[in-house]
Amino acid sequence: MRMSAPTRSEIAEANRRRYEALRAAGQDAAPKALPPATALDGAPVADTAVIAREEVPFGWYTTVPMKRGEALRIVDGSGRSSVSVIGWRAADASERLNCADTAKVQWSAALSKGRVILTDMGRVFLSLIEDTSGAHDLLVGGSTPESMLAAQGGTTRNTRDNFLAAASKLGLGLRDIAPCVTFFAPVSVDAGGRFVWNGHAKKAGDFVDLRAEMDLTLVLSNCAHPLDPAPATAGGPIAVLRHRVPPTAKDDVCRTMSPEIARAFDFTDRLYA
Amino acid sequence: MPDPSTAIHVEEVPAERPWSRVLKRGQTLRIVDIEGQQAVDALLYCLDVPGERYSAQDTLRTQGSAYLALGTKLVSNRGRVMASITADTCGQHDTSAGCCSCESNAVRFGEATRYQHACRENFILELAKHGLGKRDIVPNLNFFMNVPIDPSGNFTVVDGLPGSGHYVDLTAEMDVLCVISNCPQVNNPCNGFNPTPVRVLVWDPPAPGGTGLAKE
Repeated sequence: MRMSAPTRSEIAEANRRRYEALRAAGQDAAPKALPPATALDGAPVADTAVIAREEVPFGWYTTVPMKRGEALRIVDGSGRSSVSVIGWRAADASERLNCADTAKVQWSAALSKGRVILTDMGRVFLSLIEDTSGAHDLLVGGSTPESMLAAQGGTTRNTRDNFLAAASKLGLGLRDIAPCVTFFAPVSVDAGGRFVWNGHAKKAGDFVDLRAEMDLTLVLSNCAHPLDPAPATAGGPIAVLRHRVPPTAKDDVCRTMSPEIARAFDFTDRLYA
Repeated sequence: MPDPSTAIHVEEVPAERPWSRVLKRGQTLRIVDIEGQQAVDALLYCLDVPGERYSAQDTLRTQGSAYLALGTKLVSNRGRVMASITADTCGQHDTSAGCCSCESNAVRFGEATRYQHACRENFILELAKHGLGKRDIVPNLNFFMNVPIDPSGNFTVVDGLPGSGHYVDLTAEMDVLCVISNCPQVNNPCNGFNPTPVRVLVWDPPAPGGTGLAKE
């Protein structure tokens, strides 16, 4: 039996082995376990489950308070919009949707059905329980006055200004607006590090269902993504449907995606224990 | 290239510790990875209106690519250039992976790692000196941290560039508060599993006409 404490280099080697094992699991087993995309005519919402419906015109935003266990369906009916989303935990706006931890913890910048979006506090913010698209952006963010000026020679409604307006109406401000996730924005990174817009991955009627895993507030901005080469005025309205879903089961596909995400769910449950 | 003997400030930041300083427009900050494979997390705030701060997404959107490099303009959340990368011997820097925190460590590496020092602890302590707090922390710059993103989206912290003495220079294009955390992470390869000190140097801008040519 070993009597001495492990040396610094032995600890480092053990940590490296653990990291490599986690990486292999996170980039091999977890992606294989992801469910297929939702069909465009799949996952109907019963009228009795609907809490609220709204249509948001192109270029505009909406603010959506959600209780844990509700879901939000966002539908890009025209297939020409992208929807940028930020949000805060209802009880503490310093806890917020965090793109960096979302990618890092899941070993992937690609969001699709079965993935989750985390807060900066090691908790699950939203689960992607339905998704027809699997083509979303965590890296580039939404449109801004500068991006609109560059795209079409004039400034128009844009996501940065939308977020600022929405945040301000909640008593929040510039310092509370973190990087956003943008749905229906098929962005990838090529071998040279350049961003690529995969426009063929957008379809009319694409939708996502985001299940709130804590009481939270979301802001949605319906604008063209800054990498979308289509004319920046070409988008359509989005439909937003808040509805009730069954409680997150222990064997929920999002919850069981990886040991990391299972822990994030456990830590989230502690808020409500 | 600035001459280290003309720096107005030179300081060693111990392993695992934070540091901050105001950089006036035109001043250059050099961060030296003394021993190699040491990640340095950094944030920038506009001195006049600290609600305006470094924005990873605005920076990446503006340059159209996912990694920081020589010439990258570091852009604020209001679309203004805060600083530029004016020298770089490393070429591997990230701005999509954020900083480590006790909370994300616990998720990634297990509950026991919640009680290890982390960059966000450093940022909170250093930001408090300037009247700022957790609310002001956004996904940051990660110098000397190599996080390749492949076309499928795979996103991995891998070994940093080996070799001692790599450095990166930031030249301020407005008056900024620069806050750094010399990363304490021991659970992934960003510090070679062994956090080490880094050195910071600050230079004033070259004097007008200081181009090496004789003045009239």
